[in-house]
Amino acid sequence: MSRKTKSIIEVTLIYLFIAFMFVVIAYPLLWTIGMSLNPGTSLYSATLIPENASLEHYKWLFTSPQSDYLTWYKNSLLVAAANSILSVFFTALIAYAFSRYQFAGRKYGLYAFLVLQMFPSLMAMVALYILLNMLGLLDSLWGLILIYVGGQIPFNAWLVKGYFDTIPRELDEAARIDGAGHLGVFFKIMLPLAKPILAVVALFNFMAPFTDFLLPSIILRDPDKYTLALGLFNFINDKFANNFTRFAAGSILIAAPIAVVFLFLQRYLISGLTAGGTKG
Amino acid sequence: MPEKRVRHNPVVAVVLSVLFAGLGQLYNRRYVKGILFIIIEAAFLMTFYNFLNIGLWGLITLGEIPKVDHSIFLLIQGLVSVIIIAFAAALYYFNIMDARKDALRLQRGEPFPSLIESCKNAWDKGFPYIFVAPGLVMLVFIVVLPLLFMVSLAFTDYNLYNSPPRKLLHWVGFTNFKNLVSIPIWQDTFFSVFSWTIVWTIVATTSQIALGLFLALLVNDPRIKFKRFIRTVLILPWAVPAFVTILVFAAMFNDKFGAINRDILSAFGVMIPWMNDPFWTKVALILIQTWLGFPFVFALFTGVLQSISRDWYEAADIDGASRWQKFRSITLPHVLYATAPLLIMQYAGNFNNFNIIYLFNDGGPAVRGQNAGGTDILISWVYDLTFTTNNYNMAAAISIIIGLIVSGFAIYQFRRTRSFKEEGNI
Repeated sequence: MSRKTKSIIEVTLIYLFIAFMFVVIAYPLLWTIGMSLNPGTSLYSATLIPENASLEHYKWLFTSPQSDYLTWYKNSLLVAAANSILSVFFTALIAYAFSRYQFAGRKYGLYAFLVLQMFPSLMAMVALYILLNMLGLLDSLWGLILIYVGGQIPFNAWLVKGYFDTIPRELDEAARIDGAGHLGVFFKIMLPLAKPILAVVALFNFMAPFTDFLLPSIILRDPDKYTLALGLFNFINDKFANNFTRFAAGSILIAAPIAVVFLFLQRYLISGLTAGGTKG
Repeated sequence: MPEKRVRHNPVVAVVLSVLFAGLGQLYNRRYVKGILFIIIEAAFLMTFYNFLNIGLWGLITLGEIPKVDHSIFLLIQGLVSVIIIAFAAALYYFNIMDARKDALRLQRGEPFPSLIESCKNAWDKGFPYIFVAPGLVMLVFIVVLPLLFMVSLAFTDYNLYNSPPRKLLHWVGFTNFKNLVSIPIWQDTFFSVFSWTIVWTIVATTSQIALGLFLALLVNDPRIKFKRFIRTVLILPWAVPAFVTILVFAAMFNDKFGAINRDILSAFGVMIPWMNDPFWTKVALILIQTWLGFPFVFALFTGVLQSISRDWYEAADIDGASRWQKFRSITLPHVLYATAPLLIMQYAGNFNNFNIIYLFNDGGPAVRGQNAGGTDILISWVYDLTFTTNNYNMAAAISIIIGLIVSGFAIYQFRRTRSFKEEGNI
């Protein structure tokens, strides 16, 4: 067998395997889209390619008086926006101090971030429930935001600090010679130069509340306060098969924009993670 | 230049400021600072004295009168008190050191900075603390305090039958841990859940890494075209929110009406009980996790593969290395060295992968003689014990075991970062 034929066979096999992966990846996603277009709410009679496809579930979500979808969307947007802005703010402050200053507890602080980001947030939920109850923030979106913002600090402070470390210190020093103080360096040098990573932190913190159902399910009680993920989860939590087509429609409306944004941003996340991972 | 005051004694300054913040500073003739410190400590004591007093009493006793003392609130107040005291102790230490430093200065006859200068000094020195403070406070109350609370619960007798405000809690030492390994039903459940957690972590993570690596190598082949398009499609499972895809898979794997049994396997005349046989549920979970997890590894490896210099391979070609040798000696070491901490994190992540277990089948199917489902891992068992059966104390004990294992992963990370720290990167 000549070298060329061997190469052609190899390339064909590679393409075949990639094609197989395409099918495996696409099947569940297309199936979900198919479900959402099936008329009727039952999964029993639904088929992958519906005979008489309709957008009735999408219409139902937005127009039916029984549907809280728009309220949930509004709640999610509020939580997401607040979480994103506050997270960037607190994380940038901490990352700046850890990247540029020597102070007592700095080293152990960094280690603490590493350990804390590994603990699953589930372990804290009982205590968070009681704490929010004591503060009167149970069943409130601001309580939820507070926990999101606090909980993201260990991971993102690490990520942003890694990025700040790559900004040359000569720039700070030059700015200081020009008369900039601590705050001047922060606002005029660090923040503008760290825009890419801050944008990533902002966007990921914006998207996180759209996909988290667990924390809201413990904190929020009133259906008017539900976020999208929790609301959709409750759709099918009780009567799994009977609401599935509606769930599919509602999920696609969240998943599609998130997936698009994510595909554009994932390489920033990857480069941030590898930088943080190797530079410490 | 002020005269030297040889008789001025730093020890006196230290002792005085241990007695009450600011006294040492007064002795050092720094009146403004001294009075400021005195006011701060007095205000602190006036505000917090009662709170701390009750808190510490509550932490030790967990309350004395049933229906009046609420053990859980007392426990939280106690932990908050401990945190406040720790903060105060740090500030107090600063006050003592400050008195000592000033006394030494006075003894040597060095001039004090003026008020404006010392304000500027405080701003320069204190700046990082000011920046860290807001985040730190949130971190302490939202992450650290809840973890401390969980740890405390593991040493109490808090469960459905013994819960405040009707009853008081008590400290019970290591009883919960002993029960976990000695009472048969707990023992059986614990060991079967624990061993499945380990198997799950290793098999699911390794297969997602293997698939990700394999695909990254294939797509990186120079003969393959449309790389950008292929990569985008392969990353899709990571881009779609996991809670949606897991619920979709739960529907697809459903025994009766799921697409897998109805549309695919029926062609071969097979019906697999995905949801009702623990073995098949485990298989399904591993398949789904591989589907969900390989894109991250794929993206990660793709980035690293592109950064390996061509020179390595050219040199290997000259030496007549086979493809396998090039993979073993060049590609694999490069890839693993750059990504090891992140891969370890993948294992840690799956170890605590609550979402997939809970959303797919809620840890089911149920198993006889156990109080956890057949596919429950430790973290989802903790969830059930906490929110379904209210066995708070046992849930907390298991959480501590999870915490110890997670810390093991963290220690590995430390070592990585510490070795880099010596290169001066921190």
